[in-house]
Amino acid sequence: MTDDLNAAVAAAALGSEERFRALLRSVVEVARAIFAAKASSILLLDEQTNELVFEAVVGEGEESLLGQRFPAGTGVAGWVLATRTPLVIEDVARDPRFAKDVAEGTGYVPQGLMAVPLLHDEQALGVLEVLDRQSRFTLEEMELLGLFASQAAIALDLLQRAREAEAALAGDGELAPVARLAAALGELDEEARPDAQALLASLETVLRHK
Amino acid sequence: MSELPAWSLPAGAAEEIALDVEWPTEVTREWAWGGATGKGVRVCILDSGVDASHPMVGHVESAVAVSKDEDGVAFVANDLEGDVCGHGTACAGIVRSLAPEVEIHSVRVLGAGFTGGGNILLFGLRYAIEQGFDVVNMSLSTTKKDYAAVLHELADSAYFQRTVLVASAHNMPVESYPWRFSSVISVGSHEEADPMALYYNPNPPVEFFAKGVDVEVAWMGGEVLSASGNSFATPHVSAICALVRSKHPELTPFQLKSVLHLTSTNVGGNR
Repeated sequence: MTDDLNAAVAAAALGSEERFRALLRSVVEVARAIFAAKASSILLLDEQTNELVFEAVVGEGEESLLGQRFPAGTGVAGWVLATRTPLVIEDVARDPRFAKDVAEGTGYVPQGLMAVPLLHDEQALGVLEVLDRQSRFTLEEMELLGLFASQAAIALDLLQRAREAEAALAGDGELAPVARLAAALGELDEEARPDAQALLASLETVLRHK
Repeated sequence: MSELPAWSLPAGAAEEIALDVEWPTEVTREWAWGGATGKGVRVCILDSGVDASHPMVGHVESAVAVSKDEDGVAFVANDLEGDVCGHGTACAGIVRSLAPEVEIHSVRVLGAGFTGGGNILLFGLRYAIEQGFDVVNMSLSTTKKDYAAVLHELADSAYFQRTVLVASAHNMPVESYPWRFSSVISVGSHEEADPMALYYNPNPPVEFFAKGVDVEVAWMGGEVLSASGNSFATPHVSAICALVRSKHPELTPFQLKSVLHLTSTNVGGNR
């Protein structure tokens, strides 16, 4: 049982972020491949600062964009997030504001852009973008992107939950004592463990009665 | 008798509900909007604001913005910022392109602090309905279930007071509003080039398809871009509604929707 608890704590507090990030990356990789695009990215809305953050990027701008932030109220991604509807633009470079912002960040200015909101439950979590497709846009592509967006939204939701769990379990987070307790329990030798478990069971009884 | 609400039709009272419109034996596009420019019709763009300086938009009759005060209470104030992200300007430009003489009014509900946007959206829509606009273009939706009931009531009250709500359908597998309500005119996209091509969809909830692919839209900084999405299909229908209303101001939203149906490309629109 303690091993399970330990594993649960470790999964929440440690490696999960990397795994969910890998999932996000795989979503943008597939999106890029399917639409034969130059790049694809997932942006997460940071509600605290009202900014969009690049959480996964493949293709052009991959190295420089990851982790970059910009105000969520502006730009194409901002539109998509605010209106909660997908949008396709064929000649983005003509938007002077867009060209300037992106060029400063990456040196790569896309011509065409397809963006779809990542909706999970009632929340708009972020935006999935596909840049510079080979093909001419069709409505079928839009529907396909919508399906991808559902998958990406679930991955993004998991990532956010993992981060919240990590924050709660780490340092002086709300649940940090529980994490430390679980770790200490795991380190106890066979002899001492039953007593510790009995103590924990008593504590649980007291807490539940409260 | 006439003070009583019309919840029944007593004997001999048929005269009182006589229709102002002379309904033709055949509703054609020529009858519906032939020669119409949208003159005298007030179209509200419920969006991110409208940039009146864009040549595709022209004069904006009034502009307000909904925001929240320190206590989180929504209020309406004159909008001095124009368009904060460009979406409303794009929609307004499409309406103007098809109905050149409409009055464009902007109610900004998107933009700064849109994370709490549902409430602002409700407030803005209520305001727009209170103003008695003829057509309200809503190229947006909310996924908040808590707002669905209030939105539904608002949509119905608009319908009964002859304010036509034209709303973008969601082409994603999510529940969103208000486009799903039957009291609004919901719009999805078709891929044809003709801006007046309109399709009636016999498989609701989306009721009409309008041009939503490769639409020339007004953009920030006076630019014009080619864009696709239901957001841009919706103002095509708003504009057609404005044309019909300018020629037949007496039509109710129900009758207007009937005219859209009868003049749809796949119904009688080629006559």
